[in-house]
Amino acid sequence: MNKKTGLRNAGTFLFFGGPSLFAFAAVVIVPFIVGLYLTFTDWDVRTTDHSFTGFSNYAETFRDKAFLTQLWFTIKYVFFTVLLSNAAAFFIALALSRGIRGEKWLRTGFFTPNLIGGIVLGYLWQTLFSQVLPFMGEKYGWSWFETSWLTDTDTAFWALVIATAWQLAGYLMIIYIAGFSSVPADVLEAARIDGAGGRAILRKITLPLSIPAIVICVFLSVSRSFLTYDINLALTKGGPFNSTELASYHIVQKAFLSNEYGIGQAEAVVLFAVVAIIALTQSFMLKRLEVES
Amino acid sequence: MRSKPLLKQLPSLLLYGLLLVFLFPFLLILMNSFKKTQYFVENPLSLPTSLDFSNYVSAFKNMGFMQAFANSMLITVFGVLLILVFSSMTGYLFVRFKWKLNKALFFVMLASMTIPFQVIMIPLVMIYGNMQLLNMKITLLFMYMGFGIPFGVFTFHGFIKGIPYELEESAFIEGSSRARTFFQIVLPLLKPVVVTLLVLDVLWIWNDYLLPSLVLLSPGLKTLPLSTYSFFSSYSVDFSPLMAGLVMTIIPVLLLYLFLQNQIIKGITEGALK
Repeated sequence: MNKKTGLRNAGTFLFFGGPSLFAFAAVVIVPFIVGLYLTFTDWDVRTTDHSFTGFSNYAETFRDKAFLTQLWFTIKYVFFTVLLSNAAAFFIALALSRGIRGEKWLRTGFFTPNLIGGIVLGYLWQTLFSQVLPFMGEKYGWSWFETSWLTDTDTAFWALVIATAWQLAGYLMIIYIAGFSSVPADVLEAARIDGAGGRAILRKITLPLSIPAIVICVFLSVSRSFLTYDINLALTKGGPFNSTELASYHIVQKAFLSNEYGIGQAEAVVLFAVVAIIALTQSFMLKRLEVES
Repeated sequence: MRSKPLLKQLPSLLLYGLLLVFLFPFLLILMNSFKKTQYFVENPLSLPTSLDFSNYVSAFKNMGFMQAFANSMLITVFGVLLILVFSSMTGYLFVRFKWKLNKALFFVMLASMTIPFQVIMIPLVMIYGNMQLLNMKITLLFMYMGFGIPFGVFTFHGFIKGIPYELEESAFIEGSSRARTFFQIVLPLLKPVVVTLLVLDVLWIWNDYLLPSLVLLSPGLKTLPLSTYSFFSSYSVDFSPLMAGLVMTIIPVLLLYLFLQNQIIKGITEGALK
C-alpha cells in the first residue's frame, strides 16, 4: 500500500466512522471499563482520591442483606412476569393467527400499551390499584380489592407483575404472530386431513414449531424485566417500607442517594451477571427442544 | 342455518371484548380526566357529564407541559437524527472496507449491545459530572447517539451487505467521491431500514426516564417523563388533573402510532428478531 491510498483510507475511516466511534467509545466503552475498575476501589462521591480495595465491594454486595433480599424478590418478579406475559401473548397471538375478521385492528389494539413509557404506565396502574379497584371492591363486594393492593407487600408484588406483563404481552404477541406465520400451511392441512383435533395440532405441531419464537420471547422478557426501573418507581416507589424494591431500583438508590458508587457499581455488575446467566441458560435449554418442520 | 354467521363472528367478538378489558386502564383515565376530582373519588366508573377541560388547563400549567413537550421533541428529533446519519455511515464503512480494524470494531459494538444501561450509568454520571458536562441537552443528545449507534450500525450493516457494489462503481468511474456516492446513491436505498430504526429509536428516546433523570437536573430542561414524575410526586391528592396530564403525555405517541402503525409493528418484529 502506498502512502497516498493509506492517507485516503484514513480519511474515509475518520469521515464515515469518526463521529460514531467517538460517541460510542465516550458513552459506552470508557464508562464500562471505568465502571469495572471502580468496583475494585473505595470510591464515593465525597472523596476525591481513592484506593484499591480488591474484591471488598463484591464481598460487601453479598453481605448486603437488603440487596440479596431484593435480588431474590427480583428473580420471583421476573419468573412470574415472564410466565404471565408469555402465556397471555402466546394465546392472544394464537387467536389472532386464524384469519378472523378485524385481526389487524385487534393486533394494533393489543400493542398500544407499548407506546407508553414505564413512568406513565406506572401511574396509570397506580390510579387503578389505589383508587378504582378498591372502589369496585366495595361496591360489588369483591373482598380481594377492598384495600389498595399497593399497601401490602404481597399484593404490591402482583401489582408490579400485572402492570409489567400487561405491557410486555402486546410486544411479545407481535413476535409470536410472526413465529406462527412460519408454521407451514401444508403441515397443518395434512394434520387436519389425518383427523387431528385443535388441541392435538396445538400440542404436536404449533407448539414444537414455535420453539424459536418462544426462545426469543423468553429471552427478551427475561432481560427486560430484570432491568425494570421506571414501573417500579412510578407504581410502588419501592413501598410499602422498601419491600418492593427491584434490583435496579436498589442500585439507583445506593449510587445516587446513598452515594456509594463502588458498591452500587459492584451490585450492577452482579445483576448483569445474573441476567446473562439466566437468559443464556434458558435459551440453551429451550433450543434443545427445537424441531425441523 | 341462520345462526352460523353469528357463530362465525363469535371468536372475533370475544376478542374485541377481551381487548376492551385490556385497554380498560386507558379508557378509565380518559373518562376521568373530564371529571372533577370529587366526582372521580365518588365514582370512578361514572361517565363524565360534560366535556370539561379544566383539568387539562390545570395540568398544562402545573406540569409545565409546553416546556417539557418542546424539550422532549427536540431531544427525540435530534437524537434520532444523529443516530440515523452516523450509524448508516459507519455501517457502510464496515461493509465496504473489510479491514481487520473494522471487523474488530464491529465485533466490539455487537458485544456491547448485551451490556445493560445499569452497568454504565454510575461511571457515566461520574465522568460527565467531573467534566462539568451534566445538565445540558447537548450532553444528553451525545449520550443517546453513543447508546443508539451499536444497534443502528448492526441494522444498517445487515441491509447494506445486500446492496450490489456495481451501483456505486459506475458513480466512481464518473468521478464521484466516496462521500457523495454514499449520500446520493446508497442512502436513498436504505429507506426501509431507516423507517424501522426511526420507529424503535423514537419510542425509546421519547419514553426514556432513567438516563434523562440522571443528566437533566434543572426544571427548565425536563422532558415529558421527567415532568410527569415530578407532577405526580407533588400533586398526589388532586387526581383529575393528574389523569389529564397522563392523557396529554400519551397523545403525541398515539398520533404517531395511528399514522405509522404498520411500520411500527414491522419495525418491532424486525428489531426483536435480530
